[in-house]
Amino acid sequence: MGLEELVPDGILTTTVEKMVNWARRSSLWPATFGLACCAIEMMATSASRYDLARFGAEVFRASPRQADLMIVAGRVSKKMAPVLKRIYDQMPEPKWVISMGACASCGGIFNNYAIVQGVDTVVPVDVYVPGCPPRPEALIYGIMKLQEKIDNQRLKQPAPLAESEPPHIATETSSASA
Amino acid sequence: MATAISPEFKTITINMGPQHPSTHGVLRLVIELDGETVVSLKPVIGYLHTGMEKTMESKNYHKSITVTDRMDYLSPLGNNMAYVGAVEKLMNLEIPERAQVLRVILLELTRISSHLVWLGTHAIDLGAMSVFLYCFREREKLLDVNDMIAGSRLTPSYFRVGGFFQDVPDTFVPHVSKFLDEFPIALGEYQNLLSKNRIWMKRTIGVGVLSPEHAIDLCVTGPTLRGSGVRYDVRKAQPYSGYETYDFEVPLGRNGDVYDRYLCRIEEMKQSLSIVRQGLDRLRPGTVRCDNPYLFPADRTDVKLNMEELIYHFKIMSEGYSAPPGDAYFGIESPKGELGFYVVSDGGPIPHRTRVRPPSLINLQALEDMCVGRMVADTVACIGSIDIVLGEVDR
Repeated sequence: MGLEELVPDGILTTTVEKMVNWARRSSLWPATFGLACCAIEMMATSASRYDLARFGAEVFRASPRQADLMIVAGRVSKKMAPVLKRIYDQMPEPKWVISMGACASCGGIFNNYAIVQGVDTVVPVDVYVPGCPPRPEALIYGIMKLQEKIDNQRLKQPAPLAESEPPHIATETSSASA
Repeated sequence: MATAISPEFKTITINMGPQHPSTHGVLRLVIELDGETVVSLKPVIGYLHTGMEKTMESKNYHKSITVTDRMDYLSPLGNNMAYVGAVEKLMNLEIPERAQVLRVILLELTRISSHLVWLGTHAIDLGAMSVFLYCFREREKLLDVNDMIAGSRLTPSYFRVGGFFQDVPDTFVPHVSKFLDEFPIALGEYQNLLSKNRIWMKRTIGVGVLSPEHAIDLCVTGPTLRGSGVRYDVRKAQPYSGYETYDFEVPLGRNGDVYDRYLCRIEEMKQSLSIVRQGLDRLRPGTVRCDNPYLFPADRTDVKLNMEELIYHFKIMSEGYSAPPGDAYFGIESPKGELGFYVVSDGGPIPHRTRVRPPSLINLQALEDMCVGRMVADTVACIGSIDIVLGEVDR
């Protein structure tokens, strides 16, 4: 049927979009951004028993310029938030953020003067992983969810930047009412 | 790393951290360098300040236990013990024998799991990647213990004021016994990989020397102090939870360098194994709650059947229990050093003030003396050897 019949064995046809997404999701390079307790579980995820390498995301990079995934693992204090933003800005596009644990997602048990109530007030977050701290299985599931998300991304419309993120719900309701 | 060159062009100032893989979290070091030699080094802390002491002042005594878990997250049960011990001292409670033995077993297992993270990360900083994987392999078995007793791997919050909420499951003793049989072999593997490794010895021997006098002046505690040859261990000096009845050695170093601190911690893990073994032999059936009805909620079935029990359950969970007015300090030998909680009560169910003596913060003071005059690469070895946890430094 079509082109596949004409090409010899061992050759596949696909779209550029699918292939680029496949390449991007299969080799996520996280930046080491361990902050608190969750960082230890993040280390455990990449260590012997859970072996994050099975999902192609084990190359933890010390420099944000070599990374495309930021796993915010732990509570973000108000003193740390500008540093976090700066490191996010240093990462090259395309980039994604996983907010790991209750503290990074919403402040967790620390609703006080020192802790940022959710890292999504500082950088845009793609996947939230609940737990205090999340088990390594949960983090792996979060990474798999992110891979699904990357798989469905369009090449022509890259992931929107933090400032220009369109308010999805608002446009839908406005178009429905109009 | 931002840099600044001094006007005389003699030295250069660099920032190491707060996001740096070998500062063990979010420690920032402002290092002044002459070539590659460290001229001065100033730690800048507070990047993980969580306001824990203040948070504890707005929580009941038993709700604060969960906060302590997240302080030194490598030894959560050690933090539980120090906090719970301070409140118990305040309330003058008598802890049953079984609970005391279980506490010792769990504290020593936690010490081993904390030292395993230290060893793995310390080795990875100095270029020995595989040790990290082996350490985490054994550590998973200890996290399984936490999972078994409390349902959480890293933050069990298992200790309660007055003992435990519930006894350990039946699988606990066989699991720990199996670990006791397996761990000496694993420990031998680590030593084979490191102790006589030529690169490891070159990176650690004679590096980061801390003299005993200076260590005492700085109030350094734990293996960092004992690596310099000072015999001080809270388990021996002010025994708690029945440590005075256990037979164990306090390993001491001679030169006070990174290598001696490494040897001290390896030996401490062996001693911890022996303590756990003694504890398991002493474990007899019995209650794990102290004889005070106001500390623990009622039995679950009674709560469902009786109105009074339900009211009581609601009251203890919402209001909590009160401690008599006064203050208490309770220190334990955590894997990092002397961890103490100072709790002031005004008679109500919420502490008036809670103050922590964090060993990591105080040990961090010694870092500058260890690093000045040496190469910048040795800084990484020194940070690893004092085994700081930023959650505890900043709280």
